Amino acid sequence: MKAFSNINVSSIDEAVSAAARARSNGQSVAFSGGGTDLLQQLKDGTDKSDVIINLRNVDGAKEISSANGTTRIGGLITLEELSNSDVGDVSYVLAQAAASVGTPQIRNVATLSGNVTQRPWCWYYRNGFNCYKAGGDECFSVTGENQQHAIYGGGPSFIVHPSDVAPALVALGASFIVAGPDGESNVSADEFFVMPSQDPAKENSLASGELLVGVSLPTPRASSVSHYHKIMDREAWTHAEVSVAAVLTMNGEIVESASIVLGGVATVPWKLTEVENYLVGRQLSADVVTMAGQMAVSSARPLAKNGHKIPMTAAAVERTLLALVNG
Amino acid sequence: MGDKSKTDTSLNPKQRSRREFLENAGTTAAVATAVPVLGISAAQAQSDTQSTVSKTTIQLTVNGSRHSVDVEDRWTLVEVLRDQLDLTGTKIGCDRSECGACTVIMNGKPVYSCSQLAVWADGAQVTTVEGLASGGQLSPVQQAFVENNGPQCGFCTPGQLMTATALLSNNATPNADEVKQALVGNLCRCSNYNAIVEAVVMAGERSGGAA
Repeated sequence: MKAFSNINVSSIDEAVSAAARARSNGQSVAFSGGGTDLLQQLKDGTDKSDVIINLRNVDGAKEISSANGTTRIGGLITLEELSNSDVGDVSYVLAQAAASVGTPQIRNVATLSGNVTQRPWCWYYRNGFNCYKAGGDECFSVTGENQQHAIYGGGPSFIVHPSDVAPALVALGASFIVAGPDGESNVSADEFFVMPSQDPAKENSLASGELLVGVSLPTPRASSVSHYHKIMDREAWTHAEVSVAAVLTMNGEIVESASIVLGGVATVPWKLTEVENYLVGRQLSADVVTMAGQMAVSSARPLAKNGHKIPMTAAAVERTLLALVNG
Repeated sequence: MGDKSKTDTSLNPKQRSRREFLENAGTTAAVATAVPVLGISAAQAQSDTQSTVSKTTIQLTVNGSRHSVDVEDRWTLVEVLRDQLDLTGTKIGCDRSECGACTVIMNGKPVYSCSQLAVWADGAQVTTVEGLASGGQLSPVQQAFVENNGPQCGFCTPGQLMTATALLSNNATPNADEVKQALVGNLCRCSNYNAIVEAVVMAGERSGGAA
């Protein structure tokens, strides 16, 4: 592995100033939560950071606290801790999404913030192609091997957003707490996730020197139900071919409000607004669920080799809703 | 450390253990071939490495023994276990969090030691496969691996044993499905999964939590 320096910090302020100091010395910086993915990128040379800022020992950075109808989750919570936390009792979709990532060994160290902000797993980017994500000006998937690429929100880059936790957070109405030289700010999901048409080099709005320190969730209504459904090309250790995070509030058998977000098929967590509107006021009958699946893919635009994702996405939406009907 | 200092390189390879022979033969071959390819002398390569990297002293408790080790910031935990502490039971397979051969138990939980920097493990309690047997007695999960032919080529076995040991300390008598779920992060290229799962179930049934 290339040489770099590790800096241990005990607070977010210290992390931000250590990053600013390193950058003013002309060094590139990476923040490390669990570090699993960062280390692969450093070994492969797709990340060339000179300084790693280790956040493991930051006080209070993994705490969950609730006040005034809002739950704040510290970004350094591990996926294993998140999947077993009380948050999962009321926001089941988030616990399921966290539990679906990687393997137990990965979830024991990987963090909420790291999962949301991990770089894409496009095989061109990960194999050192000088694509948009690496600072170049081409997306090699367009005319290349694009089996795993985006059917929504693509252009000029066609990566899929790799996070499982992010679609669940967006479905729950989360906002994203960003720390940087100017202090802390709350960023809505719409602003946080960045489409390639806005900036093809990035997946989120974090500027260099900024980091995601947590998320803020509105407390779900008592009548809300939620579910995460992930389809993979093998049973473990991989990203979603497609995933669906759904949060519904019910009035008896009638849907009062719906929030449905896709993972694994779009350049950002992909909110199905049309489907959400369709479901409101309806009972989840077999016909309604089938219609929701069809509606979900009406705006999908496949590349040459990823057409399989369309029926897969329709089926995943149907199955997610059926899981909620069947409890 | 102990093993290497006992090695007498003047011995005929036939009189030495297979492990000792392979360790030394491998080192010699790597130095002889790699350095000329790079076009620099071994001494130069070493001094470049030493001059450009930061080192930190960390404390590790491994299998109950405390160690103070000077590590380069870029060294992974498995590199320190194998190369500095001579605990070569832990294997490096993929070196990228995919295969599980490097699994160790860190602060009670199985982790991939290839994907943790040693400096991040400062102060940690680590258990490796060398820490499972005690007083010459295999641990229940090791014994069950022997009886069920858990190892085929054996390369994944140390990692499988560590994940299984961590599972049994949380769930004393797991069923086959629970074992499969816990072991998804440990690949066996010989595909000996059935025997491995049976071994872990047996270890749980026998010891009822004393693994």
